[in-house]
Amino acid sequence: MPLIRVEGGRAAEARNDFVFVPDDAALPQDGGAIVTLARFIQERETLVARNAPIGVRLKPDETPEGLGEDLARLSVVAIEFPKFADGRGFSWARMLRTRLKFTGEVRAVGDFLYDQIAYLVRVGCDTFEPTHPLTADDFNRALSEMTNVYQPSTDGKKTIRELRAGK
Amino acid sequence: MLTANRLVDGDVLYWKAGSWVMALADGEVFADPKAAEAALAAAQRDVTGNMVVAPYLFDVRTDAGGIKPVKEREIIRAAGPTVRLDLGKQASKATA
Amino acid sequence: MYRYDEFDAQFVAERVAQFRGQVERRLKGELTEDEFKPLRLMNGLYLQLHAYMLRIAVPYGTLSARQMRMLAHIARKYDKGYGHFTTRQNIQFNWPKLVDVPDILADLATVEMHAIQTSGNCIRNVTADHFAGAAADEIEDPRPLAEIIRQWSSLHPEFVFLPRKFKIAVGGSAHDRAALKFHDMAVEIVRNDAGAVGYRVLVGGGMGRTPYVGYTIGEFVAKEDILAFLEAVMRVYNQSGRRDNKYKARIKILANALGPEEMHRLVLREFEEIKQTGTLQVPAEELARIDAYFSAPAFEALSDAMPKGDADFENWVKTNVYPHRANGYAIATISLKPIGGVPGDATDAQMDALADLMDQYGIAEIRVSHEQNLVLPHVRKADLPAIHARLKALDLATPNAGLITDIIACPGLDYCDLANARSIPLAQELSRKFTDLKRQHDIGELKIKISGCINACGHHHAGHIGILGVDKKGVEFYQLQLGGSGAEDASIGDIMGPGFGEHEIADAVERVVELYLKERQDGERFLDTYRRIGMEPFKNVAYREQLYAAHTG
Repeated sequence: MPLIRVEGGRAAEARNDFVFVPDDAALPQDGGAIVTLARFIQERETLVARNAPIGVRLKPDETPEGLGEDLARLSVVAIEFPKFADGRGFSWARMLRTRLKFTGEVRAVGDFLYDQIAYLVRVGCDTFEPTHPLTADDFNRALSEMTNVYQPSTDGKKTIRELRAGK
Repeated sequence: MLTANRLVDGDVLYWKAGSWVMALADGEVFADPKAAEAALAAAQRDVTGNMVVAPYLFDVRTDAGGIKPVKEREIIRAAGPTVRLDLGKQASKATA
Repeated sequence: MYRYDEFDAQFVAERVAQFRGQVERRLKGELTEDEFKPLRLMNGLYLQLHAYMLRIAVPYGTLSARQMRMLAHIARKYDKGYGHFTTRQNIQFNWPKLVDVPDILADLATVEMHAIQTSGNCIRNVTADHFAGAAADEIEDPRPLAEIIRQWSSLHPEFVFLPRKFKIAVGGSAHDRAALKFHDMAVEIVRNDAGAVGYRVLVGGGMGRTPYVGYTIGEFVAKEDILAFLEAVMRVYNQSGRRDNKYKARIKILANALGPEEMHRLVLREFEEIKQTGTLQVPAEELARIDAYFSAPAFEALSDAMPKGDADFENWVKTNVYPHRANGYAIATISLKPIGGVPGDATDAQMDALADLMDQYGIAEIRVSHEQNLVLPHVRKADLPAIHARLKALDLATPNAGLITDIIACPGLDYCDLANARSIPLAQELSRKFTDLKRQHDIGELKIKISGCINACGHHHAGHIGILGVDKKGVEFYQLQLGGSGAEDASIGDIMGPGFGEHEIADAVERVVELYLKERQDGERFLDTYRRIGMEPFKNVAYREQLYAAHTG
């Protein structure tokens, strides 16, 4: 499945500059690599010294705060959704953007549904690696279903209250 | 026996020889667990075919009065709410 | 009451279109049932024992006549001519077809109604005191805040896949008519020593398998800060609530595992951060704007004398009419507990007739209580006799509000896929057993609450007498609990002991009631006597036959 990027509310296929490297596999010579948090903690020195972009994939029970100061060195944080019903990833994405002020790529990976796309974008995800066969068209349709929102989120989208006040 | 709900309207259905019927009394009673499991497996076709949801097996007794579920839940499910005898399958039976 | 503007209307219309799309994808097989289930739940659609069940939101239990008529229309057109008013102030229809639900939602949207988030692991209907805006003991009407919370929580992107459901209630008076302490989170409107009005926030209450009474997490939250505070609690819950075990996933488990201090520390951390951003501050103009929707009708200057009527009317006034803050007005409870009837059910004809009655007597709103009754909040006392007569003709004037036959019962095994035992027939039997009105008055306030399974939708933990139906080797058994309360003196009922059989339970309840009558002192309610003398005496009489058998066996 191609990587989908959402920028300015629009989705398009994007080149995937990162490969996920399983814990027992060797890292590629160069090119972007994403590893699990456990591996990152284990091999931190090597990974950080690597002359290529690095990213970490978080499981639902792994808070981004576990990355500590190293977050600044990461190009991408991937948030895993092994089961779509586990909504912790929404809070982690939001935390990356707000408390941790992460400006790199936040990638949603896994079992999330078409119907969760709009929420994932709102909480700060900008790329997507779905397990389900979702196309960029699907993403654009999903993003167009609800025009307005009642509450603020990290996407900075104007809320209905602000629209009412003519802001 | 094997039961499920019809996807489009939620109606309770009972398996009979590869198909589904509305009335428990018309449904198929499996002679042994193997036959029941085989039917449950076959019913998956209708799940993936988006015709029924949540098929499951349940126990019945057969006596002079006919087929009767062991669990009260299945008795009520086959007939309708005990507090509204004018609703559910029991109502159509009464007027049949 | 709240009126949709173009934004609200567009929101609901788009939500309907979204669900229509989801149904189409489901029917085509583009969504499996596992994928569709959370989506249909977030539009209030369950699959129950006989059919689908649709739960329609009645925000803070408030309906207009026009909305009541639409509910009647839905009952007639899409269902079997009746609906059920629930313990969370919503209405349920038991026989909708999946293929019709998008049309039902579209019809509801025309009268500013929806079924958004009435189920699913998200923030549910925000409930409030059913006497809001009318009771004399109110500090402030809780519904403006409930509306603000409703909007903020609607499709909140971070909180639609919580560990479990999340129920919020708002109270406006020291007299808790919204069971605040049994909610996941609750807001109580309070006045501080300086006389300023603010919010006390409670967390961690709940019924179910492990009942808890909630505790205070925010002693006095300023009005403009309330959404920031509530969001902080939600964030802590979403991040840290258990996801490994469905029966340990509510916030009550987390709040009690962490304890008030740690919970407070975590919430405060989030709260301070959110406040810093200023994004969730509720400006004074917005509070005022929403308040204006809920301003009371212009009350006329009327005599406060209660009109006289026949014996039926007098009896009805005794229990079903509650003092109103304006002279010459009253709050009238419409009992949906006719003797031997199904608690909380109303027919389409009754709904239409109530809408007509509202129009005729200029009553703009009707309320759904959390005790499966309806309430007319602003009734001219002078109109009470005529209204009573109309209600009587509709079988809606049972004079039993708060009495022993005002029973709460969940749908139970007659309807519900989750149930272990039937609850409605027991409610009917108890109702018939205690029908004598003189006896009911003698007994006084006694809240019986019946649940057909541990999920406790009948709120049995908060019953003065609570009854839990269980399945004991395929037979319906009923466990008794005594001394629960859902009011400001919240308590979880104590389990008496082994259950009673289907044919024993009603008599056991009667023996318990008789003991109360024998032992009570000085105007004690059942609850007071129980709290004074404890379980033992009640246990002895309840199990009388079994104990006798044990002693002589």
